[in-house]
Amino acid sequence: MMSTTVVEVENLSFRYDKRLKENILSNISMTVDQGEWLAVIGPNGSGKSTLAQLLVGLIEADSGKIRIKNTVMDDTSKWKVRRHIGIVFQNPENQFIGTTVQDDVAFSLENLNMPYDEMKFRVDQALDLVGMSSLRHHDPSQLSGGQKQRVAIAGILALKPSILVLDEALVMLDPKSRRELLTVLQNLKRKENISILSITHDMNEAALADRIILLESGKVKNCGTSEQLFVAEPDLEPPFPELLRRELLKRNRNIPNEYMTEEEMVNWLCKSRLTV
Amino acid sequence: MNKLILGRYFPGDSWIHRLDPRAKLVAAIYFIFVLFLANNWQTYVFLWLFTTAVILLSNISIRTYLRGVRPLIWLILFTVFLQVLFTAGGEIYVDLGPITISKFGLINGFYIFCRFIMIIFISTVVTLTTKPIDLTDGMNALLRPLRKLKVPVDELSLMLSISLRFIPNLLDETQKVMDAQRARGTEFGEGSLVKQMKTLVPIFLPLFVSSLNRAEDMANVMEVRGYQSDVKRSTFRQLSWQQKDTISLLVMAMLTVALLVLRSNGFGH
Repeated sequence: MMSTTVVEVENLSFRYDKRLKENILSNISMTVDQGEWLAVIGPNGSGKSTLAQLLVGLIEADSGKIRIKNTVMDDTSKWKVRRHIGIVFQNPENQFIGTTVQDDVAFSLENLNMPYDEMKFRVDQALDLVGMSSLRHHDPSQLSGGQKQRVAIAGILALKPSILVLDEALVMLDPKSRRELLTVLQNLKRKENISILSITHDMNEAALADRIILLESGKVKNCGTSEQLFVAEPDLEPPFPELLRRELLKRNRNIPNEYMTEEEMVNWLCKSRLTV
Repeated sequence: MNKLILGRYFPGDSWIHRLDPRAKLVAAIYFIFVLFLANNWQTYVFLWLFTTAVILLSNISIRTYLRGVRPLIWLILFTVFLQVLFTAGGEIYVDLGPITISKFGLINGFYIFCRFIMIIFISTVVTLTTKPIDLTDGMNALLRPLRKLKVPVDELSLMLSISLRFIPNLLDETQKVMDAQRARGTEFGEGSLVKQMKTLVPIFLPLFVSSLNRAEDMANVMEVRGYQSDVKRSTFRQLSWQQKDTISLLVMAMLTVALLVLRSNGFGH
């Protein structure tokens, strides 16, 4: 299967205070393919959120290029580019613009001056994708944080975008909503072939990604599948199955000395007949 | 906060609830003007019948409407009082030099009192039976001609709708901040006025900061979702003018005719 590149970042550098020499981001290069789930991890202040803001054109890079669907992001093209890329931020409360669920989803369509019938169709479709159709007339005070984030995602999906950026979008949710939202995202990736770029602190969430980029003080420190990355970076807190594997290894259990996904770990545990 | 009726919405499904907000707004504003046609007891009785009918149609208890009058009652009584004291004519009951209580004064005072109460009742009917967002849309639609005069009608109504949407959040947040300050030993509503004012500072400061942060987040979200103020937007919330809306305006016209017939003609007498 041929995959097309939807996001191309080339030697991107940025600093907030132009008087300082030190960059928040320096010489970042990366790509995201269509239908790929890419996680960006890194400690606080490593420039993850700055990268997200650059990608959607909220701030402008000092040097380097961002190409989204073959359009170079600049001050004039950003309005067009934003039809292809959407972002969900951390606080569900501050992203709800409309007075009801369906109003909010329609907001980005209204901005395109889209005729009512098409808006209605797209809103229905988008709400369906995130499983919020039955709550379309609810107002934000009746929704949980997870539901609000789903509405925010639907608002982006209504534009039929190629890339969804999540800037720590799951941080403020309870564990159950977080799991539900992750399922929604996995379905979107599978069914709609949407690329997901998720910025996160949660290694279990990152482990779901096809590829992980590790940022450290504004530079790409490492990049690869979760298997490659968590083996190559022993300082990184690994996702739960890997943590378990390392603990078992310490107790001299006869477990293969290689990275395991959750499913592999479950399979191994079932077969191993561990005795205490 | 719960005592304030004016500006609150009571969900329901009455005939009045289902009217188009534009019809309700036009009818209510028109009613205020039409009130000035009333000048004798027949017209006032008729207007009271009309007001009562509208209140009954709204399916909200009369007590709610009375509560809506309460915060304004002193202002109304003061105006009525002035009217009574400074209107002369007819039989005089009390005479204190320039201040007299006369028959005309009493009647006029009573009429003004009725006028105030009816204005409050009718405007409360509108706000109680219309969602704030529908009112905003209605106003937006009615003010649309002003766009030709470069009045940013759409921007204003978007601002209004966003503010309305954040009122519950702000109330929640105020409660949280107050609780947090209480936990640190602040006592609200005690001590001298100056002291009470001072306890409000540590509430407003955090609220201000969080509102600014919120506004910044919102602005980012709106920008990324493609909002540009100078670009034409379509609207997802559609208002639909129906037969009953036309009927309601016809009723207002009939009310005008009835008042014109019933009012005592000042000319020639």
